[in-house]
Amino acid sequence: MHPAASVIIFTSLSGLGFGLLFFLGLGKPDVSGWSAFAFFFIAYALAVGGLLASTFHLGNPQRAMKAFSQWRTSWLSREGVVAVAALLIMGLYAALVIFADLRIAPLGWLGSVLSILAVYCTSMIYAQLKTVPRWNMGTTPILFLLYALSGGALLSAQLHIALLLLAILTIVQILSWMRGDLSFALAGHNIETATGLGHLGKVRLLEAPHSGENYLTREMVHIIGRKHSFKLRAIAALCLGVIPVALLGLFQIGHMSVLLIIALHVIGLFISRWLFFAEAEHVVGLYYDKR
Amino acid sequence: MTALPHTTAKKLGLVIDLDICVGCHACVINCKEWNTSNYGAPLSDMDAYGSNPVGTFLNRIHTYEVKSDDKIAQTVHFPKSCLHCEDAPCVTVCPTGASYKRVEDGIVLVNESDCIGCGLCAWACPYGARELDAAEGVMKKCTLCVDRIYNENLPEIDREPACVRTCPANARHFGDFADPDSNVSQMSAERGGMQLMPQQDTKPVNRYLPPRPKADIQTDGDIDILAPFLEPVAETPKGLLGWLDKALEAL
Repeated sequence: MHPAASVIIFTSLSGLGFGLLFFLGLGKPDVSGWSAFAFFFIAYALAVGGLLASTFHLGNPQRAMKAFSQWRTSWLSREGVVAVAALLIMGLYAALVIFADLRIAPLGWLGSVLSILAVYCTSMIYAQLKTVPRWNMGTTPILFLLYALSGGALLSAQLHIALLLLAILTIVQILSWMRGDLSFALAGHNIETATGLGHLGKVRLLEAPHSGENYLTREMVHIIGRKHSFKLRAIAALCLGVIPVALLGLFQIGHMSVLLIIALHVIGLFISRWLFFAEAEHVVGLYYDKR
Repeated sequence: MTALPHTTAKKLGLVIDLDICVGCHACVINCKEWNTSNYGAPLSDMDAYGSNPVGTFLNRIHTYEVKSDDKIAQTVHFPKSCLHCEDAPCVTVCPTGASYKRVEDGIVLVNESDCIGCGLCAWACPYGARELDAAEGVMKKCTLCVDRIYNENLPEIDREPACVRTCPANARHFGDFADPDSNVSQMSAERGGMQLMPQQDTKPVNRYLPPRPKADIQTDGDIDILAPFLEPVAETPKGLLGWLDKALEAL
């Protein structure tokens, strides 16, 4: 799949933002006044910034409000509804914490649940697609949730929890890369099954429908980036988990060093999210004899 | 609402005969012409006269070579457009309700004034039947020429999809699959009409008729059965050419 910058930024940043909101809703860290304002500001900047970035790839963003209507069937619509609900509830909770120094714990818990649910809805937009076997796996929502929670733990300076979550995340991410490499073959698709001509022999594309590209090949068939995928996976694993876990486990971490770890983690997150799209193969590529 | 109807009164769709299609692309052109000048946003072309032209099409023809070890390779032209699936995944993923499947005839359509152009339906379609128009930013797909088939301003003979109407080889047929006696149901039953990618559980309505088995030509190792008829007529040249031939041989 084409790794569009707007979608990579959206899923990465909004995941971090909602992850931070999850911890803030639970009262971790227990802050008030200006310091609470700073935490909530970062969380909202990430979550709202990510959601805004997602509108950049729309053909007609002026109609985006209509996307709240189909929550009964569409994960994309559910994501919009839940994300806005989470932001509203957490907004009320944050305003009371910041300006009135009043913490209504159940309101925060509700906001936390909605925040994490928003991340789950995002993940299901991809995990529901049978057409992309690498996404259509149980590990997809688990990974999105782990990314949000471990990033949120880092941003809210819950370092013990972050250490544990980052270790789990790294292991699950590596396992899911390995499982993902088998997913297309396991789904049983090839050019013979796609065309239904397998009983006649081996099938190959003799002539494509058009000499140039089209929307489908640009959007669904992305081959170039996969060349370095192994190296990129190694760099991503080191940045998002291995080095942060080592630093958190071995050293006494102060405020500035947390920033370094967050920066490393976010770099790893962006690379892994880029790979999430670039490595995903859509079954329509079979008709073009390309993956 | 983007929930799918439980059943539809009719199941309108196409039968595409892979044995007959000659790959002339006439259906592609007529589809583009009709759907550019009638219902909905036109099917735009980008950089049409430049070095990297791309455009929106609702119907595309792939050409495959099929080769088994013991037989001569054969060419199969493979038209592909929306299959108007009963369990259309493109409909349920739509966040705005722009995509829908009609209860009366099962046609899958896009309400372009509700489409935000997010592209998720195109991702959900295994067949590549949906293309986002680069000029309008809305999703385009085969409408089964809904503006032709019920159009009483057209002569009755023209009330079928543009691709079917134009096909010079009669490889495309239009009808109601809910009716077991319809032309398309019978044709599909006779010839073993197949669904594309049944593993995707989309239950496509359109059916593809597989190529008929080719006659086995006995060749005794010589692949060209016409060669014996093409042997030179004059075995040995006579006259001036005969003398030249001998003289040159002797050299």
